Amino acid sequence: MSTETALLESGLRESTLFRFATAGSVDDGKSTLVGRLLHDSKAILADQLDAVARTSADRGFGGDKGGIDLALLTDGLRAEREQGITIDVAYRYFATDRRSFILADCPGHVQYTKNTVTGASTADAVVVLIDARKGVLEQTRRHLSVLQLLRVAHVIVAVNKIDLVDFSESVFREIEADVQQVARDLGIGADGISDVLVVPVSALDGDNVVDRSDRTPWYTGPALLEVLETLPAADELESHLESFRFPVQLVIRPQGALAPDAVAGGLDVEAYRDYRAYAGQITEGSVKVGDQVTVLSPGHEPRNTTVTGIDFAGRELQEAAAPQSVAIRLAEEIDIARGDTIAAAGTVADSTADLYASLCWLSPKPLREGAKVLVKHGTRTVQALVRNVSGKLDLGTFNVEETSTLELNDIGHAQLRLAAPLPVENYLRHRRTGAFLVIDPLDGNTLAAGLVKDHPGDHEDERYVI
Amino acid sequence: MSTYTTEEPTQVTEAAVSTRLSSLDTLESEAIHIIREVVAEFEKPALLFSGGKDSVVMLHLATKAFWPGKVPFPVLHVDTGHNFPEVIDFRDRTVERLGLKLVVGSVQEFIDRGELAERADGTRNPLQTVPLLDAIQSNKFDAVFGGGRRDEDKARAKERILSLRDEFGQWDPRNQRPELWNLYNGRHTVGQHVRAFPISNWTELDIWRYIERENIELPSLYYAHEREVFARDGMWRAVGEVSQPLPHEEVITKTVRYRTVGDMSCTGAVESDAYTVADVVVEVAASTLTERGATRADDRISEAAMEDRKKDGYF
Repeated sequence: MSTETALLESGLRESTLFRFATAGSVDDGKSTLVGRLLHDSKAILADQLDAVARTSADRGFGGDKGGIDLALLTDGLRAEREQGITIDVAYRYFATDRRSFILADCPGHVQYTKNTVTGASTADAVVVLIDARKGVLEQTRRHLSVLQLLRVAHVIVAVNKIDLVDFSESVFREIEADVQQVARDLGIGADGISDVLVVPVSALDGDNVVDRSDRTPWYTGPALLEVLETLPAADELESHLESFRFPVQLVIRPQGALAPDAVAGGLDVEAYRDYRAYAGQITEGSVKVGDQVTVLSPGHEPRNTTVTGIDFAGRELQEAAAPQSVAIRLAEEIDIARGDTIAAAGTVADSTADLYASLCWLSPKPLREGAKVLVKHGTRTVQALVRNVSGKLDLGTFNVEETSTLELNDIGHAQLRLAAPLPVENYLRHRRTGAFLVIDPLDGNTLAAGLVKDHPGDHEDERYVI
Repeated sequence: MSTYTTEEPTQVTEAAVSTRLSSLDTLESEAIHIIREVVAEFEKPALLFSGGKDSVVMLHLATKAFWPGKVPFPVLHVDTGHNFPEVIDFRDRTVERLGLKLVVGSVQEFIDRGELAERADGTRNPLQTVPLLDAIQSNKFDAVFGGGRRDEDKARAKERILSLRDEFGQWDPRNQRPELWNLYNGRHTVGQHVRAFPISNWTELDIWRYIERENIELPSLYYAHEREVFARDGMWRAVGEVSQPLPHEEVITKTVRYRTVGDMSCTGAVESDAYTVADVVVEVAASTLTERGATRADDRISEAAMEDRKKDGYF
């Protein structure tokens, strides 16, 4: 085994996961940057590279010099190759010896809000591309607005094609200042949730992508990949919150139907006859055996009890944290079902049937006041009535315009009345319990991404532009 | 303004680093969450189980998701009739061990009834779509778990974790639901069903590291063994009932293993000295070819072979 393989091997065993997304405008070189990251981190294998090299040669890429068009590495579908466009979010995988990466490659020009919202909703960081020759465009402002709305933990702005401005420091500093101005206007960084970092790169030549470039001596920061390797992931931040949250997915209560392999492996059938545990994924915080918890169920007053066990596939854990999937046992025999939430005692507010939210509208079917929709929050889906649409955000100016409807790619504010109360929380502080889907009851399609806001008068949101 | 500056890398506390889940634990937790969501929200799910490594990992995850209860759904195998005997034996032992119901959709039966025609090239992988849809409809499965991974292929890279299929099982890549946070929307109308891919985010190497860590049994042909083979299309094909060498193709005995296990008529072996799972992990980490590029004749038919099959209702 080569030294490189041995290193990769030992590193991978301890590596952690980091999810990031890319966003950019037309022709700013996003596909090339993604191709460069995959190529230089050796995630592209020989047969894939051969296919791309053949196509590049057929198309005469690079003229007499030849070379490969790295953008071809990410064109997935036949229609995309034929039309030279990217249609949908594509997921890519690569690893260094420190981290495994999941990259959501979001197309910039078609339905960018929909794609950016989708990619950013699960991302620990988003890389926004800017063409060094063009600087901050209206679309850059739009992308940054969406990322601020979603409170993505880290925003990295890659100023690409720095080779085409002769590696000019002054061009870079000007763009950097513009980016920081937009960030200030939006409040990015002000709430301690998110931060912005600006890196000069040439995706085509690889400057500051994987390794630091000596052609930008005035830039002393890390290369893009180094940044991605060292930023804390969102779950690292969320697992340390004090507010344990656990939406119950289902009740594990095998009664007679114990797993034959577990029984064959020595499971005590008598002891497990009355086994009952609540299965789910911890969305934030952590829980220990002996902790006091509150159970939130619709139609019940909040009930308090104690955690008596945390099980994971035959192992008894003393504690668990987000984003672990576990099964929790409780002291009291209380009626708990899918859709209920178990939370650290004393940290949750009552459920509410009045929902104030920002909606990112993702459907060609517009939203109208009075519409009946479904809201999926955590593990519960309820009917809802759209009482009013109170404004739409102009992503270019950050002004809120009057409107009573939302259309595809609009972001607006709305008030919904729920058929049953939900334990919703402000998205600013709880990324999971503050998020919901709006679903069309007729065809089941997803209409919008919802972000919970405080009720008017609580004023929590007023510090924020969006 | 707490803007992150390039000069001072963000410091994560020691505690945060030590408690962060490994990438495998994170992927495992995500997969179990998805499996539980589907079981909770659908009437009648089933798991596609071929005895291949990805479906074996899927089944293992399902046993962990519902422990100490039984896996609460049947497994479905689309049998091309061109199987490796050791894989069928492994399938039957696994089903027995876990006390599961096995539903088999048979390509051979469709051919015998004249509802499917053998292809000129002899491969039966593309023929699996019709028996698969028939099994889904006749058993009224509304969700079907698959072991598909996005790193396998360019078309799969755009697949959702919950993928809606119409009455004809078709995938429409231009009309997919956005998938936000960890909120999966599995709503469907009568006649539609959903394919669920809980290990979408795993790579081939993740699969092997997990098999090693969890000590998961696989069919023996995933490990190095001696076999009579002949060269065709740049890969080693096993000599068998349905895979006979042409007169000019020389049969030799080689030490090989399989990186994927599919229809015997189109799955090739690779030369390998990887006798144990630890050997395989090292081999995969160092491999310069993708698993499909190395071992699947059916993916070489055209650049968009997988995309075309998926649109027609393939896995």
